[in-house]
Amino acid sequence: MNVQVRPSVATATASRPAIADCDIHPAVRFDSDLNPWLPERWQAYRAEYGASRRLGMQAGPAYPKSQPNASRRDAWPPEGGRQGSSLSFMQHQHLDANNVTLGILNPLGSGQGVSNPELSAVICHATNEWEVAEWTGKDSRLKASVVVPYEWAEESAREIRRWAGHKDFVQVLLLSRTAEPLGNRRYWPIYEAAAEANFPVAVHAFGYGGAPITSTGWPSHYIEEMTGHAQSSQAGLTSLLVEGVFDRFPNLRVIMVEAGFAWAPSLGWRLDKAWKTLRTETPHLKEKPSETMRRHVWWTTQPMEEPEPRERLLDTIGWMGWDRLLFATDYPHWDFDDPAQALPLPISDEQRRQFFLENARAVYGVTA
Amino acid sequence: MSRHVIAPTREIPPGDHKLFTVRGRPIAIFNVKGEFFGMFNRCPHQGGSLCDGIVTGLVESKTPGEYAYSREGEFIRCPWHGWEFEIRTGQSYCDPERIRARAYPVVTESGETLVKGPYVAETVPVRVEEDYVVVEM
Amino acid sequence: MTGSAIDCDIHPSIPGLKALLPYLPGHWREMVRIRGMDELNAISYPANSPLTARPDWRPASGKPAGSLEQIQRECLDAFGASIAICNVLYGVQLLFAEDMAAAYAQAVNDWTRAELLDRDPRLRASIVVPLQSIERSVDEIERCAADPRFVQVLVLASGDQPLGKRVHWPVYAAAQRHKLPIGIHAGSNYHNPPTAVGWPSYYTEDYVAQAQAFQSQLTSLICEGVFNKFPDLRVVLLESGWTWLPAHLWRLTKYWRGLRMEIPWVDRSPFDIVRSNVRMSLQPSDAPPDRAALERIIEHMQSDELLLFSTDYPHWQFDGTEALPDGLPPALVHKITVENPRATYTRLLEPVR
Repeated sequence: MNVQVRPSVATATASRPAIADCDIHPAVRFDSDLNPWLPERWQAYRAEYGASRRLGMQAGPAYPKSQPNASRRDAWPPEGGRQGSSLSFMQHQHLDANNVTLGILNPLGSGQGVSNPELSAVICHATNEWEVAEWTGKDSRLKASVVVPYEWAEESAREIRRWAGHKDFVQVLLLSRTAEPLGNRRYWPIYEAAAEANFPVAVHAFGYGGAPITSTGWPSHYIEEMTGHAQSSQAGLTSLLVEGVFDRFPNLRVIMVEAGFAWAPSLGWRLDKAWKTLRTETPHLKEKPSETMRRHVWWTTQPMEEPEPRERLLDTIGWMGWDRLLFATDYPHWDFDDPAQALPLPISDEQRRQFFLENARAVYGVTA
Repeated sequence: MSRHVIAPTREIPPGDHKLFTVRGRPIAIFNVKGEFFGMFNRCPHQGGSLCDGIVTGLVESKTPGEYAYSREGEFIRCPWHGWEFEIRTGQSYCDPERIRARAYPVVTESGETLVKGPYVAETVPVRVEEDYVVVEM
Repeated sequence: MTGSAIDCDIHPSIPGLKALLPYLPGHWREMVRIRGMDELNAISYPANSPLTARPDWRPASGKPAGSLEQIQRECLDAFGASIAICNVLYGVQLLFAEDMAAAYAQAVNDWTRAELLDRDPRLRASIVVPLQSIERSVDEIERCAADPRFVQVLVLASGDQPLGKRVHWPVYAAAQRHKLPIGIHAGSNYHNPPTAVGWPSYYTEDYVAQAQAFQSQLTSLICEGVFNKFPDLRVVLLESGWTWLPAHLWRLTKYWRGLRMEIPWVDRSPFDIVRSNVRMSLQPSDAPPDRAALERIIEHMQSDELLLFSTDYPHWQFDGTEALPDGLPPALVHKITVENPRATYTRLLEPVR
């Protein structure tokens, strides 16, 4: 034979610039991986009754994903376990290959949205311990999110305070589909604790509030659910702005994660118009909502919109500000954005550095 | 162009596919019902490894509610975003019927409900010589 | 603006439930009295909210746009439109009982005919349908369609189920048959929480959420293949805002490329489908503050056929007579004010008795 057979390998790192990835999804290999930090009582509860959310199925969603675990088919670790569950494979396939110098962990399936509030809280806490023990403690490029049982705001605030100041944690993680809109006062203790700890609050698309992903009932298809994250994230962000959360917590920062970003300028224009006309309803808002967005809100880039011609995206980013965007891949999910392919546009070196790394370092307070 | 003997045909049974490196390039070789086809192992969308995708057929529909499935084994879905490529030709399916400044023209053939897109996975000519898979590159 | 402009979204007010009594059948008229029924006013437009009526359109007493004289003076004459399409908003859609809803829908349409269409030849109207019953909605379309002054079927942006779902298709079949566009208007029937994440605290949130409701509906209409099944159907998004459209279609198109297997009947890009079947009224524009950005976003829309002139009278979307955003090229203005409405509402070309 005059050819070689080789398993799929990623491109060599050497030529790749260092990047930040602001949305990585580590997974447990088995539920029992959390047992070291889960009281026996709750291990038993979970074994008997499961950790149900406001979803009908015991396992799997009623909108089946388009690929197993909604992940890339090439992300199964060679040693077994689900995609994202192997640090060594994640390092090989992604962190090393793509020269990720700063990776933000957003663990999903972590206890957030679990209907039993105490179970939700203990799984969240165990997840936070697991992030340190299995991930950030083993690879210093990785930083962790404080996962909180957000429907129980007081307990969430306690959990945030437990991790405040810990060198491995850089943000608080919420999901976007909450039982009530994110700006609702019931969630304010979370923002208070996050602001105190100087943690940005990341709002990741998805969640288990129990309501449809639209204001008009349940759509039929998975594609509608995926598209719908843009609408539910816009509604949550609107709530944060109009309820005056940023007025109440002036140093709060919010990051919208995995909902796309091109919707932001139009939402800002609409909010400004509505705020101006309806000024008397919201005397607590001291400035145009779009200006509040400009100072308090960031967006991760994935799934990046792909207009044709692609240059149109430069208009959008220009309207938002090049400092607002935090590059993310969503590894190991299927709608992954490859950093080498994601922004094939003629931009300045400065813009490229901001987009792929420096904005994230600034928001998370991580130096080179 | 030179001739590269890749592997004995028995190494890639029908329905299977495998990755090889030929002249430094990753090439996916597919066996579709006894016929061999080659494709550059990079999805034209964002570069996903096509060989890690899943082989499937084609679902077509003339009207909402109809799912007409056929041509089992003739398509590869990219392991990332699920784009569909006809293994034989590298032609992508499902893309806007729009003329763009690209190398590949958009064509709708009569009788077809699907619109072929201008995205094409680069194919590589493959033939069989005495039970060996051979690539010309 | 020329005298041939068509205003595609105005809101005459029904003065009150009392005004509908002559148009209700005996039993329903009696129910108003016996049950002490209240007005059917949705919270979509709180009576005294600044948005509900521009200050100079708010009368000393009575409702804004509550009399033909007001409508003529403040809207038709003031803007010089040759035709204005009345989208009468009264909370019929919020009711839960099918029969009651059907009775009120009929009453609203009959009131519209007698009090508006019969009294000013410049006025046209949408048929209000009670989606609580698809059958009765089809009946109402059939009943009203014979009158060419009804030019559209009116539904709300947020209802019980996404509008693309097949349960609604008999309505679309009837509408297509009669060349009536489906007008989806901002507002909710409040059978579901009015935002995609629950009930808001502020009216401001409710109003802003309308744009997301339209996004969800557009996704549904496209993905469910409504325009495959009904290729001649037109859908008009009314008071929806429109600067959100490009970003929304970029997102939907990206997902469609990988998820075609779920909806294989969608064989054209969402942009192409919108270009052929969907239109949007002009106000509110939610336009960017500077002209350069406005030019760019219009370019992103990829078609000059999408926008239909509207004042949204008497809602407060602009001051004076500046119903058109600054800086639109004259050719586009003509499309927006005349050509696009005429192409969309083909019934406007039919002679009226």
